[in-house]
Amino acid sequence: MNPRLGWRKFVNVLMLTLTGLCALLSVSVLLIVLGYLGWNGWQYLTWTFLTHLPAPVGETGGGMANAIVGSGKLLLIAALTGIPTGLLGGIYLAEFGGKTFTFLVRYTADLLNGVPSIVMGIFAYTLVVLPMRHFSAWAGGLALGVMLIPIVLRSTEDFLRAVPMPLREGALALGASKWKAIATVVIPASIRAIATGALLGLARVAGETAPLLFTSFNNQFWSHGLNQPTASLPVMIYVYAIAPYADWHRQAWAAGFILLMLVLIANIGARLILSRKSLAPRG
Amino acid sequence: MGNVTDPEVMIGVPGYERPLADSEKEARESVLKIAVNRLNFLYGARQVLFDVSLEIMEGKITALIGPSGCGKSTFLRTLNRMHETVRGTRAEGEVLLDGQNIFDMDVVNLRRRVGMVFQKSNPFPKSIFENVAYGLKVNGMTRRAQVAEVVEKSLRRAALWDEVKDHLHKSAYALSGGQQQRLCIARALAIDPEVLLLDEPCSALDPIATAKIEELLFALMGSCTIVIVTHNMQQAARVADQTGFFLLGKLIEFNKTDIIFKNPAQKETEDYITGRFG
Repeated sequence: MNPRLGWRKFVNVLMLTLTGLCALLSVSVLLIVLGYLGWNGWQYLTWTFLTHLPAPVGETGGGMANAIVGSGKLLLIAALTGIPTGLLGGIYLAEFGGKTFTFLVRYTADLLNGVPSIVMGIFAYTLVVLPMRHFSAWAGGLALGVMLIPIVLRSTEDFLRAVPMPLREGALALGASKWKAIATVVIPASIRAIATGALLGLARVAGETAPLLFTSFNNQFWSHGLNQPTASLPVMIYVYAIAPYADWHRQAWAAGFILLMLVLIANIGARLILSRKSLAPRG
Repeated sequence: MGNVTDPEVMIGVPGYERPLADSEKEARESVLKIAVNRLNFLYGARQVLFDVSLEIMEGKITALIGPSGCGKSTFLRTLNRMHETVRGTRAEGEVLLDGQNIFDMDVVNLRRRVGMVFQKSNPFPKSIFENVAYGLKVNGMTRRAQVAEVVEKSLRRAALWDEVKDHLHKSAYALSGGQQQRLCIARALAIDPEVLLLDEPCSALDPIATAKIEELLFALMGSCTIVIVTHNMQQAARVADQTGFFLLGKLIEFNKTDIIFKNPAQKETEDYITGRFG
């Protein structure tokens, strides 16, 4: 056999094996993490865990009901601040922006997306915690909200840009003003994709710990209103996982499992929204 | 006594009007709707229309023909300032609609008076009813009964009513290509435009759907001034009262359709319609 041909075949097989192995490796790491978390979490998940406050140190049992509710509060604040800002900003970028300003905003948003999340925590700490002189759900929610802005902004912009130009022209040709065309034709045509982007963004920030450590802090009890230090699942996992008690480790597993389920539900929900029979043009 | 209606005899009799020759009749009936004076159009630094001047008559069908890239679509889009959706475009010159320069008018008002149908049908991702009602709602019509009435009227004018009346609330995307294009025409007619611009409305349609649209154009003649850009010379010959031939951004010739097709004044026009290029 021609030696060059043999060499080529060898390289071909080598590269195929190498890429295949790496693909397998990345998937298996993910599966191992998910499987291990699922196995342990499911095992330690109890009704008490979902409905009770944390037990005092030294006692076993108890749950994380306050952290589940707390995470809900934080995400609600994050959604109410981050989603409208990102949404309207994205509309501006896609539909109105001039060249230079658009470029600047988009670039900043991409940069903001890459900023370590603990920096967001410091930001919210300086802006909210210091003036208020105490930790609060406001501060934590705001930190998550700021993280959410660039995610929602960029996904909204991309989805709006994907709406075909002829649809806008159709509306304009009927005497719609630019905003009217956007509000009544362009946004409705992409609203499901935009909602999906926001939901996935929310799922992403739901698992953030660093921005919450010194903003919403933590709480072993119920926090009333939004002005008190507030427990959240990620921070609880952190605190419980580094504690020296076996029972706390088990609870941390269960909390991790709940968080995983949350993200999973958001993902599946997003996919369901997207895959519902689309109204997109044929052909 | 001779025939009393003999024109020769009756001339000079008070109150008698001489019957008009065909050309005179047309001149009397024709009312100027749009006058374009020395229109130049630029995409950035590239000029695509040069000194185009022509006159469009009220209630008539005007066809614009010419090879791809000759500027006929650009010209059409200028008539309701749709070119402004593209950045870096500039139109210079005058387009008078009923004597008023459209570049001085409010663009939303202009587009309410000058509707447009595009090359590729572009129904909104809404129901058939909502598509036709869209222009009405945008223009402030809110009474449901009134909206429903105009929607039916517009769909009838677009010869689509019988095909869709039983599923008005289905998605417009469920319609065939030809039906979608007629829906877009109905949508444009709903706000009762004075002028309707059509940019190659049949280029994606089969001959049967095309015939339906042409019939529809004939039916609209008189009630609506129509300007149609077409690639298809037979179509221009079939439907238009006047035809303009564009080449490389210039209006080479503009005249009554049968003159353009039977006895063109310019060599380029003749070469194009006889298929020597294009």
